[in-house]
Amino acid sequence: MPEVPGPRPEPRAGNISQVRIDTSSPEQTEALGRRLGQLLQAGDIVALSGDLGAGKTVLARGIAEGAGAAGYIASPTFTFIRAYRGAVTVYHVDLYRLDRPQQLEDLGLDELLDGTGLVVLEWAEKAGPLLPAEHLWITIRFRNGDDTRTLEFLPRGPRYTDVVQTVARECASSR
Amino acid sequence: MRILGIETSCDETAASVVRDGRVIESSVVASQADLHRRFGGVVPELASRKHIERLLPVIDEALEKAGVTLRDLDALSVTCGPGLVGALAVGVAAAKSLALSLDLPLVGVNHLEGHIYAAFLTEPDLAFPALALVVSGAHTDLVAVSDHAQYRTLGRTRDDAAGEAFDKVARAMGLGYPGGPEIDRLARTGDPRTVPLPAPMPFRRRSGRIDDSLEFSFSGIKTAALRALHAAARADGQFKADLAAGFQRVVVDVLVDKSMRAAQSLGVKTVMLVGGVAANTWLRAEMQRACAAAGCRLVVPPPSLCSDNAAMIAAAAFYRLRRGGGSDLGLGASSDLSLEQTPNNSLA
Repeated sequence: MPEVPGPRPEPRAGNISQVRIDTSSPEQTEALGRRLGQLLQAGDIVALSGDLGAGKTVLARGIAEGAGAAGYIASPTFTFIRAYRGAVTVYHVDLYRLDRPQQLEDLGLDELLDGTGLVVLEWAEKAGPLLPAEHLWITIRFRNGDDTRTLEFLPRGPRYTDVVQTVARECASSR
Repeated sequence: MRILGIETSCDETAASVVRDGRVIESSVVASQADLHRRFGGVVPELASRKHIERLLPVIDEALEKAGVTLRDLDALSVTCGPGLVGALAVGVAAAKSLALSLDLPLVGVNHLEGHIYAAFLTEPDLAFPALALVVSGAHTDLVAVSDHAQYRTLGRTRDDAAGEAFDKVARAMGLGYPGGPEIDRLARTGDPRTVPLPAPMPFRRRSGRIDDSLEFSFSGIKTAALRALHAAARADGQFKADLAAGFQRVVVDVLVDKSMRAAQSLGVKTVMLVGGVAANTWLRAEMQRACAAAGCRLVVPPPSLCSDNAAMIAAAAFYRLRRGGGSDLGLGASSDLSLEQTPNNSLA
């Protein structure tokens, strides 16, 4: 599949806003997502990146649950977009099956992104220029163990920096 | 009664003419590859725009193949959810326009209900109560069907659908799309015992304790298969065949185990295996074997009725109309419609 160019996290020297958090099971990843979801609100955008099987859907489910979404949360790979109604409407979007940038337009992604819901985007690197400048980018990487992962948070914008700092502080104090 | 069915919930644009819920007079399905070939190399766009371009020619072709005109129809039916809203809306708008202009009844059909009624196209006298396993790229649902249009969802996937896991593993192995048939083919030359993979949420746990959950999870097995692939010293043809066989076996085992467990607890004697993954030869064979052992009758539609099509939508609509159901012109598309909800369908 041709790679669609998109924003990528650029680790900069002295970038104090970038945070890494390790998890050792899908349950932990989901719990981290739930806490994140509690801190997020309508209009926010979370961009998820990571290889197949990294745990993007697991994290997305946590975020949606934490944000108070009702309904059945599962992978949107085939239908592209799932909407969960609740205290906040969560749009769970998966761009895995997209292979050309113009398909994004047909999907109506731009409408979701400037809308009133919380958008969680899997395979966010395929969103390209449609991804607004302010967003929370999370890359999930495999570590050595079967179930161990590193989540790399790259907040773009002060609001997301605050959210990430809060989560990082809580994780640090619980260890 | 002659019903036109329309289906645009995901990738396929489909229209079909079905008489009395059982005679398929025509069934036209345009997929992306198909359109490319038939409409002169136009690369179709995703979802709604693609459906807009295709739907009217597809409806015309369905009518022509059935040898009928719009005036010969008695009702319109359309998939109204679940699916991609923009895609569903194209079909719903077309069905509503036709119903209004022809002054005919309109029936909104749940996509999953459509898959279940593919079994009635195969076996019109199918006995209730029954169990349906709807297994596709987007769904893995175990459904108790106590009567026409009476559903109770017993279990669904918590993450990936079974067909999605097949496709993702196939893509990682460099096989073609859709991946399900490719893995099915490759698995025939593989040994399922060579690459050990964990069973996905088996109902009998290693401890011997019985897990009575009828929920599914295929994300873990997908990840395990991908890791095995990446860790392989030499991912040659035989390794891939073994991996395909091992992966297919654990997925099929859990689908069959949970279906038979549900059938047993419900006391049903009829099992329907429907949806795109029902075309998998190993799943069909294993489900047949398990049903025979349990004294159940298995109904599996032919592959053309397992993948998305509109004949199943027209068939479901027939049974709804026969019982006094139907939709009004306020029918809308819904992305997350569950089987238990039937929008604007007043079932008598």
